[in-house]
Amino acid sequence: MTGSEKTSARMTQNRELCKGCGYCILQCPKDALSFSSTVNRKGYNVVDIDQEKCIQCAICYTVCPDSVFERVEA
Amino acid sequence: MSEKLTPKLLVEPNKFCPGCGHGIINRVLAEVLEESGLADQAVGALAVGCACLMMDTFGTDWVQAPHGRAAAVAVGVKRMRPECCVFTYQGDGDSMSIGFSETLYAAIRNENITAILVNNGIFGMTGGQMAPTSLPGQKTTTSPKGRDAATTGQPLNMIDQMKHLPIGYLARGSVASAKDINNLKKYIKTAIETQMNGGGYSMVEVLSFCPTNWKMNMEKSVAHVQDTVKAIFPVGEFVKNGERTDA
Amino acid sequence: MSRQLMKGNDALSEAAVRAGCRFFGGYPITPQSEIPEYLSWRMPEAGGTFIQAESELSGVNMVYGAAAAGFRAMTSSSGPGFSLLQEGISYIASAELPAVFVDVQRYGSGLGDIFQAQGDYWQATRGGGHGDYRMLVYAPASVQESVDLVSVAFDKADQYRNPTLILSDASIAQMMEPVTLPEMREHDPNADWAVRGKHGKPFKRVTSTMYYIEDFDAYIKGKYDEMAEAEQRWESVRVDDADVVLVAYGISSRICREAVEIARGRGVRLGLLRPITLWPFPAKAFAEVNPLVKAYLSVELSALPKMVEDVRLACEMKAPVETFLGGAHIPESSAIVERAVAILNAQR
Repeated sequence: MTGSEKTSARMTQNRELCKGCGYCILQCPKDALSFSSTVNRKGYNVVDIDQEKCIQCAICYTVCPDSVFERVEA
Repeated sequence: MSEKLTPKLLVEPNKFCPGCGHGIINRVLAEVLEESGLADQAVGALAVGCACLMMDTFGTDWVQAPHGRAAAVAVGVKRMRPECCVFTYQGDGDSMSIGFSETLYAAIRNENITAILVNNGIFGMTGGQMAPTSLPGQKTTTSPKGRDAATTGQPLNMIDQMKHLPIGYLARGSVASAKDINNLKKYIKTAIETQMNGGGYSMVEVLSFCPTNWKMNMEKSVAHVQDTVKAIFPVGEFVKNGERTDA
Repeated sequence: MSRQLMKGNDALSEAAVRAGCRFFGGYPITPQSEIPEYLSWRMPEAGGTFIQAESELSGVNMVYGAAAAGFRAMTSSSGPGFSLLQEGISYIASAELPAVFVDVQRYGSGLGDIFQAQGDYWQATRGGGHGDYRMLVYAPASVQESVDLVSVAFDKADQYRNPTLILSDASIAQMMEPVTLPEMREHDPNADWAVRGKHGKPFKRVTSTMYYIEDFDAYIKGKYDEMAEAEQRWESVRVDDADVVLVAYGISSRICREAVEIARGRGVRLGLLRPITLWPFPAKAFAEVNPLVKAYLSVELSALPKMVEDVRLACEMKAPVETFLGGAHIPESSAIVERAVAILNAQR
């Protein structure tokens, strides 16, 4: 991939869908995900993305049971 | 880098417990149907159990089957509407315990349907009772001292029941890693393609987790599938176009 | 259309095909096995599908699937097999799908035996499955009526989006009689509720309609109340001056019809009410009966009295209601006459 392509994609999340299972954190190859100190409206402990560490591999999209993550073009 | 967007077939947030593998399998199935251009002609026969929760959130046409009978319902639909992509979505209690006969006979007749059978080794909806796939020693609410294989038998291996049949496609995948999930998607895609090519019965069993009733956190649930469940239920492709591929 | 000699089960099967039925999934059991046998060749000939299911449980759910897909579908069974259909019938009723069922009654509970009986009355008319549903239950008394009522059963199933039942018995199903068959009809399977892929429209969910209908209790009660009011069918024979009115359906009604003739020849004023629908039970028929009737006699081919409960409700106990029972042997018409005479003598 080229550098410009790499910077144009971004992982986004819909925190309200998160149920706080943490599967994404276990599977993230760059340790870019961690539990947030905040909860969503359903009371689940949501996940923060460290965009500096994120390589947009979308493994979080793949493993998330609740469709929290999407990879979008910026 | 391509976009990865939630499939439109997931019309509402799913209703499964935190960490439930059904959510992943739902999304993978939705991706396959959309990418194959079949979302508009798909009809599902839905099991009783946690699978029931899909009816309002997964946007294909549905028929809610009685407990265990999804394969028979799917056969009724597919025989009359062969142009449709007809699948069942069932748990292991539904498809392998009460519905063992309907599930197996659909394969024996090589019915041109696709069965998605989710094996999480426990009855989820009813609160964690022993399933036909529960492992020896596994503690459940109806085997509180652990499953005693001497009186309850060994875990049921549905693929072993089917792999000698000249059916279209047979595979077992898992949701216990991103790589496994990518493989699972290929299996489900192959199964659906087999059906739409008139290739006969296709079944994909999916090793999944039930953190709620296993009383395990996510880390332990994933490790349990990878280290223990897979040893008893090997993943891979077993039958393709009527021929064994695992030997 | 010319008349031909046909066996009850065969004629019923042919009539189902001609009513547009294009799916049959079922399992052999005596005395209904000629139905799957006939349809095994006839259904494919008519462009339909026949499946010999691995069990009645599977057969009824294949019917459920085919009905959900919009096609006219049917299964048939008897006794123990009919019990196995009940779960599926409840699901089909709860999903408000049309489908036709046939129960060729045989004798006894459990394994029972293969000869004629009318012991499934409660299971048929009360709903043998779980929950709040009813089925229109049609009781043919001849091979011709089996033919005619199958057509009606399919049409009414569509009209109300509800399963319907033909409650036959081993005698009607096994006898041969001359019949006139109807013309072939085709059924449009593309109802707006039929699953066939959503094709750009909202996805369809065939499941208990209770999930999606507001004030469901009132809705579903209204539906069955309407059927109960509109769908009563019966035949009455000389009831307007009768002193004793026999009430009988199916094969028993044929013996009772003969009993009426014999009795009238002897000056005994006997009449017959023959329910053609068992649910709804034709309560309206009782308005035709002689207001001075001295007794009703419910003639049933079963060990336990069953239909008599409906007779008592329908006649509002304005006259004594007695029973003439026995499933193991078809009664002689003369025995029914003797019984009626005895009832009258006892009242003198």
